[in-house]
Amino acid sequence: METTRRDFLMVGTKLLVMTAATASALEHVLAGSIDATASYSAADHWWVMLIDVEKCIGGGHCVRACKTENNVVDEPMYFRTWVERYHINMSDPDHPIVDSPDGGINGFSEKYAEGNGKTFFVPKLCNHCADSPCTQVCPVGATFRTNDGVVLVDKEYCVGCRYCVQACPYGCRYLDPRTHTADKCTLCYHRLTKGMVPACVEVCPTGARQIGDLKNPNDPAHEYLRTHKIQVLKPQMATGAKVYYNGLDGAVR
Amino acid sequence: MPGVDGFMYPNEVELQWSVLIVLYPFITGLVAGAFILASLERVFNVQEVRPTYRLALLTALAFLLVAPLPLQMHLGHPERSFEMMFTPHTTSAMAMFGFVYLWYLMVVLLVEIWLEYRRELVLFARASAGPQRLFYRLVTLGSDNISPESLRIDDRLGRIVTIVGIPSAFLLHGYVGFIFGSIKANPWWSTPMMPIVFLFSAIVSGIALVLLLYVVTSRIRRASLDMLCVDTVAKYLFYAFLVDFALEMIDLIHRIYEADESFRALDFMVKTRLFTSQIVLQIVVGTLVPLAVLAVTQIARLNDRTRVRLYVTAAVLTLIGILAMRWNVVIGGQLFSKSFLGYTTYKMGFATREGLLPAMVVLLLPLGILTVLVKLLPPWTAPEHSHT
Repeated sequence: METTRRDFLMVGTKLLVMTAATASALEHVLAGSIDATASYSAADHWWVMLIDVEKCIGGGHCVRACKTENNVVDEPMYFRTWVERYHINMSDPDHPIVDSPDGGINGFSEKYAEGNGKTFFVPKLCNHCADSPCTQVCPVGATFRTNDGVVLVDKEYCVGCRYCVQACPYGCRYLDPRTHTADKCTLCYHRLTKGMVPACVEVCPTGARQIGDLKNPNDPAHEYLRTHKIQVLKPQMATGAKVYYNGLDGAVR
Repeated sequence: MPGVDGFMYPNEVELQWSVLIVLYPFITGLVAGAFILASLERVFNVQEVRPTYRLALLTALAFLLVAPLPLQMHLGHPERSFEMMFTPHTTSAMAMFGFVYLWYLMVVLLVEIWLEYRRELVLFARASAGPQRLFYRLVTLGSDNISPESLRIDDRLGRIVTIVGIPSAFLLHGYVGFIFGSIKANPWWSTPMMPIVFLFSAIVSGIALVLLLYVVTSRIRRASLDMLCVDTVAKYLFYAFLVDFALEMIDLIHRIYEADESFRALDFMVKTRLFTSQIVLQIVVGTLVPLAVLAVTQIARLNDRTRVRLYVTAAVLTLIGILAMRWNVVIGGQLFSKSFLGYTTYKMGFATREGLLPAMVVLLLPLGILTVLVKLLPPWTAPEHSHT
């Protein structure tokens, strides 16, 4: 068959349209696209969080800032970050008494008398695990780890099966009742990629929370990790948790 | 906080997986179990259970068709569920569901049923008229050769499909067990025993259901029971149940003896919030009693009527027990905090999206589908010939 100009144009147009459609379809199916700023290169960073348990005074600034900054749902009470109060009676150190009234959003009222056991606060948030069980189980890959070590959720893609919520050993995930998709701490990715620190870090009055970039050789996090006794939550879970605690009591889980 | 004892991580207070997710392993278990019973006759030549062969296949199909429904109803975005098949995440156990399901439905069950019924479909098409004729002609897929040679090929093919079907049934339900058993964050679920326990409890529940359906449908049709068949099915129910019980006890004893960091929390949960559903319903009413009843029928000489009554009792209790087991796995696994410091409560709605009412509909729907299937493809008029 001889190809006329008309045929050529028709076939060419069809091909073009189809390629565009395929490209947009492909873009649609490639979960895990992140809205970072143009100058930000994820591969140049490796974010970790440093938490100094001894500095936390349980004021709840971090919880409030997180709720506001990230528009975290109020009812039911879900949290991207929250604060727990541990009280350990020295006669029964294996069984700590823990509370976190409304996630510690309004701070904590005095409950334990001085000298009667020990009391301390433990801020919690997503551990942005390097080998995270939540990303492993996601059936569509809507939750993923970026090259800079942050675990994120693609809300356009999440099917809302909640398998990730079950798989997280730390209770950091929930289903946002407004979007019916999984939600969790993003380390304020929208701030990180613009060179700012997460909201919880920004507002902490005692500096109990610090963000660190382990791919930046000048980041003070290196020095901090080198000079402190560091622990992660539930190390037996082998998730590669990247929230590093200084002064974490063995009773904390 | 209402409904909470001790400390839960704040995001744990509300349960994520509802009664609908309880039904999912229960229903797929019935599918796998019914199919295994059918394969007894087909592959292992247990001729005594022939009268239940077709009923078992149709039961498996009816329940399989409903199996994805509770999952769909549970999803936050059911309209995106097809992404699990188009862009599956290869490390996710859940992503495999669509493939395992379709394999089982399209390659195993439908093909086997079609081969089994092909001769009659052709005869029905010839004997009927109007829309009925059109339906039967359509489902013959244009294959109307029912010469002895052709039927012999059907039979051989059917046997091969069943042989493929047995590991597929194991895969289907072992896989469902893996979904729970592979969650290391949850000590109530995380055990390599989970797929095996799920599998054997599936076989038990499927056999119990087909036994029950066979007796009930025979009563409805006023047909006499094939006692040799009923006795044999009950015998297999007893054996499968013994294995299942042994496996569950190994798991339990192991947990109690090992008493790891989660033990205190789980032990407390079983003795309090799960006491009724775990100790009473699952272990005593749903396992020990039916096992004792079945044991009596194996030992004592009883007349036909008494035996049938005991079998029916055992089958009903077995189904209650296995449903309770699914409940205890799914709901029980979410009642305690992963901090092991507290417990929450499951508040089941009634006419809500994931409440009791939709759950009951999902559970009864397969029986409706089965009624239609039985009308279209009568399982009682099985040809006298047996499979070779």
